[in-house]
Amino acid sequence: MSELLDGRMNASADQPATNSASIAAKLRMLWRKSLNLVMLSLTAACALVTVSVLGFILGYLIWHGGSSLSWNFFTKLPAPVGETGGGLANAIVGSGKLLLIASLIGIPIGLMGGVYLAEFGGRTFPFMVRYATDLLNGVPSIIIGIFAYTVVVVPMHHFSTLAGGCALGIIMIPIAVRSTEEFLRAVPRGLREAAMALGASKWRTVATVVVPAAFQGILTGLMLDVARVAGETAPLLFTAFGNRYWSPGWNQPIASLPVMIYTYAIAPYDEWHQQAWAAGLVLMGLVLLANIGARIVLSRRASFLRS
Amino acid sequence: MAVTGVPNPAISVRMRLAGALAQPGEASTADLPMRFKISNLNFFYGAKQALFDINLDVPVNRVTALIGPSGCGKSTFLRNLNRMQETIRHTRLEGEILLDGQDVLQMDVVKLRRRVGMVFQRPNPFPKSIFENVAYGLKINGYSGRLKEHVEKSLRRAALWDEVKDKLNQSAYTLSGGQQQRLCIARALAVDPEVLLLDEPCSALDPVTTAKIEELMFQLKGICTMVIVTHNMQQAARASDFTAFLLDGTLIEHAVTSRLFTTPSDPRTEAYITGRFG
Repeated sequence: MSELLDGRMNASADQPATNSASIAAKLRMLWRKSLNLVMLSLTAACALVTVSVLGFILGYLIWHGGSSLSWNFFTKLPAPVGETGGGLANAIVGSGKLLLIASLIGIPIGLMGGVYLAEFGGRTFPFMVRYATDLLNGVPSIIIGIFAYTVVVVPMHHFSTLAGGCALGIIMIPIAVRSTEEFLRAVPRGLREAAMALGASKWRTVATVVVPAAFQGILTGLMLDVARVAGETAPLLFTAFGNRYWSPGWNQPIASLPVMIYTYAIAPYDEWHQQAWAAGLVLMGLVLLANIGARIVLSRRASFLRS
Repeated sequence: MAVTGVPNPAISVRMRLAGALAQPGEASTADLPMRFKISNLNFFYGAKQALFDINLDVPVNRVTALIGPSGCGKSTFLRNLNRMQETIRHTRLEGEILLDGQDVLQMDVVKLRRRVGMVFQRPNPFPKSIFENVAYGLKINGYSGRLKEHVEKSLRRAALWDEVKDKLNQSAYTLSGGQQQRLCIARALAVDPEVLLLDEPCSALDPVTTAKIEELMFQLKGICTMVIVTHNMQQAARASDFTAFLLDGTLIEHAVTSRLFTTPSDPRTEAYITGRFG
């Protein structure tokens, strides 16, 4: 590209022209080249910042929390105040259970909603749905927490795993809907027509051709969605609440990693601070692992399709 | 009026193949049984009319070519024969299309499309294995027989079997463009359609592959009625028995291919086939 520009520049410089004109041309070229350099460095710097923020956070977590990670951390309950040792096994399992409920609510609703928006429906209703989803996406997560408190915790009379899962599930819906819709829309029209021309009904076309074609993208979107709510703290504060022990049932309060981090980080004990760092490291590690795992699975599928 | 004397490649090609294509004694479409009978067909995109009062009959087990400049409504017309145009919003159809005497518009659309297969301009295999692509139509139509044999038969018919028999489980995207298009033909043939609609099936292919597809059409003639939309007049002359010329949404002329290309009765047809416009 730059060679091409140079060539053109030289050609114009070689032409018989007045001195001032050739100087102007050289200045223009200098300006263009420096602008190019500035913009390139700017974008490269921003890209570097993006990556280094992640690297910095991860490094910081490992620095502070790595030393507290031990077998006990993953297998033991929290130790009483004043005692050393203990772990956050209940919070790790609790986060898993909360995410399970959240996924059971958020993924089917989000997926089906996205399919409806992309494939069925007329004009007005999908517009309204899309608008509502975007607004829902902008609702602060603590408001969702209050909502779940009102509709689940108050009628049930106590904090519960179910309530926490519901709050997280509601937060998942808008992203699941919109990402599914976007990936379905990217499927070429030719594929739909091919299926319909073979006598497939609309839903059959969607189920057997369109969704499988977009599956990779949809799954990535859903993974990122789960990863996003895995770190939510505010909506869990008055839904799942927290628990120092194993949660006795789905309708009982339960510990979770983000709430544990919050509680431990604001406590006045150094021992707890250490554990909060370690919990942060574990949370981030799990999210990263899930992401990398999904990507490996997806790239295998993609390479099947390509070659 | 006749264009003899003008060195027209379309005509010279037709001359070479005339003996192979024109059936003896077929002076017009009138003597043949008809697969499609289309009368007074009007089609609208919103307020814009795309087809005007089209009357056309498509004979059984012959190749009918639709030619005409871009935007003349050839594809629109073709896509009405299996009601694919219905899937586009804000369109409207008037008139009558009969398939073996049955009104296409009253028919169950799934049954219609099972009988009237379609091959598109750009090869559009599903992101599945080669086998799954061909088996798709059988599966969705609830075919419970011997899938494997049926897939092989369809691939053989599409002259693709020898090239893919050792890699049926590989992705269809591993195939070249021409192979993909033949796979799409095999996919359409798998459900044993009575009619095959081809919407510029060779426009994305090189000449060698195009020749293969035309050869294939020639072989399919015995079992299948074909309607092909093409930009390429040589192709129409080579591969079709009957040709219809459309201009601005109107059917100008419909005749035996050899006659349409040698002695067109309308001056606009002559102007188009001699390359004066379009």
